[in-house]
Amino acid sequence: MSSHVTPKKTYFAVFGTLMALTALTVAAATVDLGGLNTVVALAIAGCKAGVVIWFFMEVRHARPMTRLTVAAGILWLVIMLILLSSDYISRGWLGRSQGW
Amino acid sequence: MSDHAAHAPGLAHQFDDLDQQLDATTLGMWLFLAQEIMFFGGLFAAYAIYRSHYPEAFAAASHHLDIRLGGFNTVVLIFSSLTMALGVRAAQMGKNKTVFNYLLVTFMLGNLFLVVKAFEYHHKYVEGLIPGPWFSAHGATDPAVQMFFCLYFAMTGMHALHMVVGGGLLIYFMVQARRERYHAHYFGPIEIMGLYWHFVDIVWIFLFPLLYLLGLHQ
Repeated sequence: MSSHVTPKKTYFAVFGTLMALTALTVAAATVDLGGLNTVVALAIAGCKAGVVIWFFMEVRHARPMTRLTVAAGILWLVIMLILLSSDYISRGWLGRSQGW
Repeated sequence: MSDHAAHAPGLAHQFDDLDQQLDATTLGMWLFLAQEIMFFGGLFAAYAIYRSHYPEAFAAASHHLDIRLGGFNTVVLIFSSLTMALGVRAAQMGKNKTVFNYLLVTFMLGNLFLVVKAFEYHHKYVEGLIPGPWFSAHGATDPAVQMFFCLYFAMTGMHALHMVVGGGLLIYFMVQARRERYHAHYFGPIEIMGLYWHFVDIVWIFLFPLLYLLGLHQ
């Protein structure tokens, strides 16, 4: 059963981590990293989302079936984004009209 | 199953016990959130396609957003996730009064977020940044600037709608906590409420850098 009561201290530490990562993402955005700016921003946002899912949403105490559902939700999003971007990236490869 | 188990407070009759009920509702909520991920994923995908086609226009357009207000709202929302998590914790210990207080703080933080958002929207209206025939981005002729604001309003608007729904749900659960509905074995609804609230927080965690910060280094 998932009625595991987490110490308050843990939640405060999670909040502190999220605040630090928010400061980091703003700081990183002010530095010109070329094409890497977006990658860094998404990596930090991904870390923050992971921390929220793992600690605040208590997936760390969830049953395997629930964890599988969480992973499947993220996996389907990744499949959608990969198929979509592979379409747009490869459109010009055959030398036909690109549309836009 | 004995008769008095069927009458445990908060237990729906189709479940054997409260543990099974909590497992089933948690799984059901995550299935709902999985389709919410796909729903917002579609908006993020549209954003990715348009931004990869018009990177300069998107960076220029993001300069019209106020990073201080966006950053302030990010802090407000993450703080509201903390109070929500503490509310769930209080529910797990059956402290109805504490649950009520944490949900009230979460509710007020959510409303603070929406008030700041309303000021931002009003500012966009005054500046003529609402997409449509009267759109005027200070001489920017690139129509892709307008596309940025279409996506900005669609994404932050859908997010704000989720916040409003969450606020309504919080009111309902505050009333339930006032009625002393929860105890150390029955707190599932508050946990499910927490899952929804944290999910909405995660959406904003991605929206903030993608909309507000992308033109900052230029």
